[in-house]
Amino acid sequence: MDARKGEEIMSTNTTAAAGVDTALPTARRFEPNVGPVVLEPLWVRTVLITIALLFLTTFLIVPLVAVFAEAFKKGWEAYIAAIIDPDAISAIKLTLITAAIAVPLNLVFGVAASWCIAKFDFRGKSILLTLIDLPFSVSPVISGLIYVLMFGAQGWFGPWLQAHDIKILFAVPGIVLATIFITFPFVARELIPLMQSQGSEEEEAAIVLGASGWNTFRRVTLPNIKWGLLYGVILCNARAMGEFGAVSVVSGHIRGETNTMPLQVEILYNEYNFAAAFAVASLLALLALVTLALKAFIEWRLNESDADDSALRSTEH
Amino acid sequence: MSAASAAPLKARGAPFRVMPGFKLSLGFTLFYLALIVLIPLSSVFLKTFTMTWDAFFSAVTSERVMASYRLTFGASLIAALLNVVFGGILAWVLVRYKFPGKRIIDALVDLPFALPTAVAGITLTALYSSNGWFGQFIEGVLGIKVAFTPLGVVVALTFIGLPFVVRTVQPVLEDAEKELEEAAASLGANSLQTFIRVIFPTILPSLLTGFALAFARATGEYGSVIFIAGNMPMVSEITPLFIITKLEQYDYAGATAIAVVMLVVSFLLLLTINLLQAWTRGKAKKS
Repeated sequence: MDARKGEEIMSTNTTAAAGVDTALPTARRFEPNVGPVVLEPLWVRTVLITIALLFLTTFLIVPLVAVFAEAFKKGWEAYIAAIIDPDAISAIKLTLITAAIAVPLNLVFGVAASWCIAKFDFRGKSILLTLIDLPFSVSPVISGLIYVLMFGAQGWFGPWLQAHDIKILFAVPGIVLATIFITFPFVARELIPLMQSQGSEEEEAAIVLGASGWNTFRRVTLPNIKWGLLYGVILCNARAMGEFGAVSVVSGHIRGETNTMPLQVEILYNEYNFAAAFAVASLLALLALVTLALKAFIEWRLNESDADDSALRSTEH
Repeated sequence: MSAASAAPLKARGAPFRVMPGFKLSLGFTLFYLALIVLIPLSSVFLKTFTMTWDAFFSAVTSERVMASYRLTFGASLIAALLNVVFGGILAWVLVRYKFPGKRIIDALVDLPFALPTAVAGITLTALYSSNGWFGQFIEGVLGIKVAFTPLGVVVALTFIGLPFVVRTVQPVLEDAEKELEEAAASLGANSLQTFIRVIFPTILPSLLTGFALAFARATGEYGSVIFIAGNMPMVSEITPLFIITKLEQYDYAGATAIAVVMLVVSFLLLLTINLLQAWTRGKAKKS
């Protein structure tokens, strides 16, 4: 038991290591039900809470309000007009297509990676964990650059691609590839600690009783990891739809063709069409808010299932 | 128990596995990892091998790129320090005190992770420009320009790094043993002494980890910075933007050389973060 616990702690830490999103390990914890034993004097508490709230208001709440205020500055009609603009619509479509390709691929990878890492012991596991997290420690600009070096006119495959008239860079495939790179670790890093903490007794029991591997995964593993899976997918999707730097390098900024929503925001903003830029930006801000709400909901569900693990599992079987 | 029973099996060399799918899942994982991450990333290093040492050296030490390092690392440092102070207070308040709206605030802390960087960029620019909500006040009263100056870079990087310190310190504070605080209090320590002698040493590794994570993220940040920075060469041009400028001039080798410097820095930071986390773990085990 002890060994596994140690492993679990380690893995949570490695996943947080490279990271962008260290939110998970915290948020899943229980709120301590007893307050601190040594409570600071009232004036200290008041001052600290005031500082914290002021900081949060200045850096988070006011900017969030400002997105919508700027978007509606010229009224509803201008807002709607900016969103149903053909260029904006095609940007929305491209963003949705990109996410629809990148997220499922990284989902399949995440499940495969967490299956072999959580259920088996093999040499080099910690190196593999670090490599999976690598894209998080690479600057978005460099994430785009690597695909320019591979597929650009001067790149490795550039001449071959040109000879066969295949466009990857400054076209949709390049955008999709850069997005896959950027969102690569999201699902895996949520699932690995979760599956490690669950162990493999239940799956072993199913196999011994004669279930096939696929059935074991579908009937035993999947119900146990579904909330963690969803959590990873939501974070992955938010980043896939919102990525700017990497996509900006590989896109070529062709209006109506290779502009995703964040790139469309940039173009409109640079043309001093602020109301339209903020109108498209407000859609992305809404996406962020929905992501945060779903995230809070799933964290609550995960807490519930942590708290009442045995009860939940017995209802699911 | 399970560890003990697994040991003799391993010792024999060929473990008997009940679980299926090891080869399939590991094979796919390695294939996908190589295809998406390793091969493309290696292209950066291979590209620099085609350069002569002199060309590489002059590309990464030109006057303009040195100015961009100073700005990128300096602003990232200030932003990460601001986040240590305010993020630390925020984590403290969220864990130890009760106040209305706490759950919503806790959820909102992750906004910089969820909000696309371009949206953050244009919004902060609108707020801090001369006629923005904050900008007109700061310029009018203090006479300081924020947008389109290095100060704007600090603002954007502070926004981006905000969740890191909060999210690394929060769990450590929650797990901090109350008995220690009780003991300190019963031995006559006041709350400031308890904080300095008991609580602060416990959260120090996590504060440093949060600092390193925020700093690492800030050095690579692009989207939220370029709108507010003004992007004047030598003054407010960050290194990631300079890489893009080089690319737009079709100077692939120059862009790649600077990218290698940035990659090496982020790998060193990654190593530091891992060591810091090992330290955090060690502390947790001791207590």
